[in-house]
Order: sequence, then structure tokens, then C-alpha cells
Amino acid sequence: MILSAEKKNNQFTVALAGNPNVGKSTIFNALTGLHQHTGNWPGKTVDNAQGIYEHQKKSFLIVDLPGTYSLLAHTVEEQIARDYLCFANPDVTVVVLDATCLERNLNLALQVFEITSKVIVCLNLMDEATKKDLVIDVPSLERELGVPVVATAARQGKGLFELRKKIFQVASGSLQPSPRQIKYSSDVENALKELLPLVENIANNTLSPRWIALRLLDGDQSFLRSLSNYLDIDQASFQFQDWEESKCAQ
Amino acid sequence: MRDAERINSLSDLSLGSDCQIVSLELSGLLRRRILDLGIVPGTLIRCIRRGPSGDPTAYMVRGTLIALRSEDAAQIFVRKLSNGEECV
Repeated sequence: MILSAEKKNNQFTVALAGNPNVGKSTIFNALTGLHQHTGNWPGKTVDNAQGIYEHQKKSFLIVDLPGTYSLLAHTVEEQIARDYLCFANPDVTVVVLDATCLERNLNLALQVFEITSKVIVCLNLMDEATKKDLVIDVPSLERELGVPVVATAARQGKGLFELRKKIFQVASGSLQPSPRQIKYSSDVENALKELLPLVENIANNTLSPRWIALRLLDGDQSFLRSLSNYLDIDQASFQFQDWEESKCAQ
Repeated sequence: MRDAERINSLSDLSLGSDCQIVSLELSGLLRRRILDLGIVPGTLIRCIRRGPSGDPTAYMVRGTLIALRSEDAAQIFVRKLSNGEECV
């Protein structure tokens, strides 16, 4: 399926993630010049649309993921988005946020931050926010989140050059975001400390060990299944189950 | 004041009144979804309108209107806010 997206040499892959109905497909179209169907209802993009654009003589393969509120529940859309972000290892992930309801949208951004550090936040629907008299302090947001924040109004084509520029910088490594990580309660953090060394072996430098450990603590079966499918590590996951059971037995 | 500290369930809230989430006694996927929509302990929430048969009810949460079934809302516990306290 989507993970087998042919990625040519010298091509960067860019994933577009975000809540439903924040304008991901509009941004996708604006970047690629394609006419992927957009519509003002949630769940419109159930699978992934892909397109290509060029910037600075580099080719970018951009993948429009289904809109989700989270990567932790188990609807089809959420699994598609999560599996792509975790296992397809995109060069850049752009989290598109609705500037008019930033608070609710940041939940997903923080989850993505746990998966990858190559993140850009795209603050879309700035035109709507202005209409609602909302003023967003972008530099402060950037500082708080630790990642580049680009304000856009994709329908008007505003901010897209800046977005392309930032995508290029993060993809090429000239800009290295350090996304803010959530610190959990000491119980969880202690359990993580115990799990991390076990997880690092299978994380294989592509997946964040902390994210894997958190999902293991969650008992997220759906993620475990995806993990063994994509990384072919049945053995390892069985060992984890033993570990978990022995922990529970204690 | 003492009255305002009473804990109710979200489904008992009357139209137009404000409250603050205290705890969610939901589990599994529904709990996850509710949390992801920004309904977490401490969140301010206002009851906006009710469906024709009294169910579901629409609530304003962080600038978004969200409808919940009353059987689910009954598992969410809230503290009613008295007049003059911060509103949604």
C-alpha cells in the first residue's frame, strides 16, 4: 500500500498531517498544483494522495494523510496516518493546524513530536483567524514548540513560499528542529527508563524508542501488530509480551 | 459557594450553564477520543443545545461545538461554575 510509495533517489518525502478539515488537501494542491478533491467535510481523504513539486531543483514527494485528532485511537484513518509517520520515515512531516482552534489542534502536533523531530508546524486558516480577531504570536509559538512555525492561508496562496523554504531546510538538514517533548508523571517516566534499553535494539535508528516504549506502556495492540508487520520483528514483540506479563504479574 | 462545588455529571447540566471537567469515568477508545477532542480534567465546557428527544447534547469546548450522547456524558463528571466565575 502507501508505504511502498516509490521514492526516487534524491527525492525528499513530505507527509502532511493534521486534524480533519484544517485544509491539508488545499495545501497539498497549492504545493503540487494538482487538483486533489477538496471538500469542507471531515474524512474526505481516507487514503493518501501523493504529488510531486520542485523547489531549489530538488524534487519533493508530498503525501496527504487522512485527517485525525490523534494517532492513538484506532480508526482506519488514524492507523493509516500513524503507520505512515512511523514506518515510512518521511524526510519532513508538516503538521497542519487550524489557527482558529489552536488549542485542540496542538494535541496532534505534540503526538507527532514524539514520533519524529523533522517536523514543521503549518498554521493554516490564518485568514479565518484574522476574521475572528485572533492574533497569534508566531515567534513565541515557535519558541514554545521548538519547531519552525509557518503561518499560511492556503486558499489565498499566502505563506506557501515560506512553507516550501522551511520544508527544504528541514529535509536537507540545514534546519534541525528540536520539538518539545511531553514529560509524563514520574511513574511513567520511570517505566520508560526501564523499557528504553530494551526498545533501542529494535528501534533501528528509524523509529523513536520513546514512542515505541510509550505505546508498549499503553498496551496498544494495534501498534504492536503494525510494528511487527513493518519491521518483521515478531520475535522481539513476543519478548515484550513476556516482559509485560511478568511486570503485570508482579 | 458550597453549592457550586458540587460534582455533577455532564449530562445533568442545564442549557446555557458552564462547568469545569473534574474526571472522566469512560474507558477505552471512547475515553481516548474524548480526551483527543480536548475534554480533559480542568477544561471549561458549556451546554449549548439538546436534540429533539433530549439526546444528544451539544457542548462548546475550546471554541468547538461537540455533540455527546447522554449515556456517555453521564460518565463525565463536572463542577458547576457559579455566576461570575471564568466562563468558556
